[in-house]
Amino acid sequence: MMRRKEARAGFLFALPWLFGLLAFMFYPLLMSLYYSFCDYSALRSPVWIGTDNYAELFHDEVFWTCVKNTLFYACFSLPLGMAMAIGLAMLLNTNVKGMTVYRTIFFIPSLVPMVSLAMLWLWILNGDYGVLNNALATFGIKGPNWLSDIAWTKPALILMSVWGVGNSMLIYLASLQDVPTSLLEASELDGASAWQKTRNVTLPMISPVIQFNMVMGIIGSLQVFAIPFVMFPAGIPARSTYFYAMYLYDNAFVYSRMGYASAMGWILFIVILLLTLIALKLSNKHVHYGGV
Amino acid sequence: MNPKKLTTTLTHFALVTLSCLFLFPFLWLLDTAVKPISETMRQPPVWIPSKFEFGNFWEAVNYGSDKVGYIPFLVYAQNTLMLAILVVTGTVVSNAIVAYSFARVRWWGRDIVFAVTLATMMVPFPVMMVPTFTIFKHLNWIGTYRPLWVPAWFGSAFSIFLLRQFFKTIPFELSEAAKIDGAGEWTIFRSIILPLSKPALSVVALFSFMGTWNDFLGPLIYLLRQETFTLSLGLEFYHSKAGGTEWNLLMAATSIVILPVLVVFFFCQKQFIKGISITGIK
Repeated sequence: MMRRKEARAGFLFALPWLFGLLAFMFYPLLMSLYYSFCDYSALRSPVWIGTDNYAELFHDEVFWTCVKNTLFYACFSLPLGMAMAIGLAMLLNTNVKGMTVYRTIFFIPSLVPMVSLAMLWLWILNGDYGVLNNALATFGIKGPNWLSDIAWTKPALILMSVWGVGNSMLIYLASLQDVPTSLLEASELDGASAWQKTRNVTLPMISPVIQFNMVMGIIGSLQVFAIPFVMFPAGIPARSTYFYAMYLYDNAFVYSRMGYASAMGWILFIVILLLTLIALKLSNKHVHYGGV
Repeated sequence: MNPKKLTTTLTHFALVTLSCLFLFPFLWLLDTAVKPISETMRQPPVWIPSKFEFGNFWEAVNYGSDKVGYIPFLVYAQNTLMLAILVVTGTVVSNAIVAYSFARVRWWGRDIVFAVTLATMMVPFPVMMVPTFTIFKHLNWIGTYRPLWVPAWFGSAFSIFLLRQFFKTIPFELSEAAKIDGAGEWTIFRSIILPLSKPALSVVALFSFMGTWNDFLGPLIYLLRQETFTLSLGLEFYHSKAGGTEWNLLMAATSIVILPVLVVFFFCQKQFIKGISITGIK
């Protein structure tokens, strides 16, 4: 009787989310699967066309350009970002004076609204008056045209993403602070060098967090949208910065090809699932669930 | 110099260099924001403006109020703030209630539903973009703020997870004792759990405030008329794609958009860092 009453209360408390889960998660997910097999524009109701959307995507040059751009971006921004975040966290974990000040400085870029960041970087990377190229010039380096040279637009975005790793840096820092000092002291007594301590004690101890950040990083970087959307409308120049989510958005709301966009959405979803599973599988043997 | 001291010196050197690299864009932002327009585009760059034009901020806020290209910055600020209040209230209220159920009430299927909840965090938003839009179109909500704040009142996986982790740390003896005194779940939630959870609730409030203030895609999809835009959308109007952007005013406007987020962060740094750390620990 007591249990029954409790269960009813629990169910009632969870009700808003149960509704949210159905209405804003499962229903859209299923509907987008259905739309992906339909010809569907904002003006007409969906008409079943089988796998036509998928077949068309397969031959869509722009689609493949976006896929390549997105993979290129993810392949560089993810490892570079992870290295930067772990490096910063390790530097901060050395008990230096002023740690909180440094921590704040490194974290600030990831707080700032995306559109503001885009505006700021448009100005810094500006081809004619950009301060970055001027600064490089004082060292005798001729900076590239970050915003208009197709070889440099993606590197510019990758550079910006590395600058915004504050969130994962904080997660690493928290887990580094949980590494038992006794372990580090013990290895020091055994004559381990700083590198050996990092390689054999610290990194294995924080490996679950590295794995977590890697998975979140894969999911996030494949969906990159706001900054390139604002900085490089329609992926200018020459679609060099046209990313997957941007083309999906354009199909849905500019060309009003909602079925086509839904097919893109499902492909993205499946790719993310597969990549996550592969990443987990490959990294699992290196992940160590210790006493933390 | 002994090796220990050398390491400390090197660490400091690395930290200072990196700090400069991380801070420089912001210093340049502020520097540009207080320059006269003639000095923004000079070669080589003017590092210290000949005159500090603090009036730029005023001018950016009232941009072109006398011309055709009027940008109602204050209207955008007001829209964004109103939206943020609705979202933050909804997020805190709904997620607290739901997380309580997941953390401290036993019901059939609870753990399965919770596992599903966690899994949904992996679903990319683009896959649901079209059907979500269709739902709101059928409700005739396109062009209103409702698609942007109503869902917040039905919980979000991330906040549920964060609050549940916290609620679980509160001793269960407190609930048991209250139950013996005849208290129901709602009473326990209101008078025991909520008062003890202020730190976790403020983390959730903070994150949802930041999320709303920074959101770009949502307003881009659902808002149609310019006077309903939020700051994220409005800021773009200062940037002219055809050239001739008044960079000093754009940077002044950008600084004002960034400011509230920084202020909130500085006042709640501790909760913030704690909240982010929780998300990484399973």
